[in-house]
Amino acid sequence: MKISATVTLKKDVLDPQGKVVNQTLKNMGYDNIVSVRQGKYFEIELNETDKNKAKKIVEEISKKLLTNIVIEDYTISFE
Amino acid sequence: MKSSVIVFPGSNCDRDVAVALQKFHIENQMVWHNETSLPKSDLVILPGGFSYGDYLRTGCIASKSRVINEVIQHAKNGGLILGICNGFQILIETGLLPGVLLRNKKLRFLSKNVFLKVVNIENQFCFGYEKKNIIQLPIAHNEGNFFANNEVLKKLEDKNLIAFKYCDDKGAINKDSNPNGSSNNIAGILNEAKNILGMMPHPERLIDPLLSGEDGAIIFQSLLKSK
Repeated sequence: MKISATVTLKKDVLDPQGKVVNQTLKNMGYDNIVSVRQGKYFEIELNETDKNKAKKIVEEISKKLLTNIVIEDYTISFE
Repeated sequence: MKSSVIVFPGSNCDRDVAVALQKFHIENQMVWHNETSLPKSDLVILPGGFSYGDYLRTGCIASKSRVINEVIQHAKNGGLILGICNGFQILIETGLLPGVLLRNKKLRFLSKNVFLKVVNIENQFCFGYEKKNIIQLPIAHNEGNFFANNEVLKKLEDKNLIAFKYCDDKGAINKDSNPNGSSNNIAGILNEAKNILGMMPHPERLIDPLLSGEDGAIIFQSLLKSK
């Protein structure tokens, strides 16, 4: 089973890299862009057929390893 | 000869290059990345450093800065461009040179002196290396692992567009003398018209015998003679 996890900075945490990308896009002429936030994307392949079990495992590793829950959020999605 | 050094937020070798240019009496001006015009120059230098903190990809944001349009125009008009380290990364992101610079093979920042073989001496940057084609220059980078598909590599080799290759003190080009995993040991390349040179090693750091050597000075001397 394949599951993906997206890790982004929490809304209130400053994302300088996203801000620079946002500003660069504006300089390139994309006037209608409001904001850009940068994050990380993980594709995880598991040896597991039970959807719930797999979700639980990925949630666990997201909390334990992939994110720093003080400043980051994660979302999990199935392929 | 007149030159412009482009300064980005995060450039940190801009002043070193300026000192080198001054030493060889090249009339230089520093140009801030937000400028929309270039002063009249024969040579444009993109210096080393960490422009925009290497956000997104090394050299990526700098390649979209305002002044770059002028640099591209300068290149089209046949003007000389030298990109050193981060400058090389910017030239590649701009599309003025082919390929990509990946992270070093062993994922470590490398800061040391390396031996280089000057492969192409028939260009305005390197003809001074005619008498001495195995040189030593410092490298200081995390993303210097040159990569390109076989087609591009073949073109670079066939058209003699590789300026420098990593080698050992005897000039042997092999895996052991490759510090960062670059394809074909490539350390610096030219565009087809040979008016643009991008290189990972820092020639501006070896321009004085008091600072351990003059191997880098030859590039500036060559440029002076070319005009």
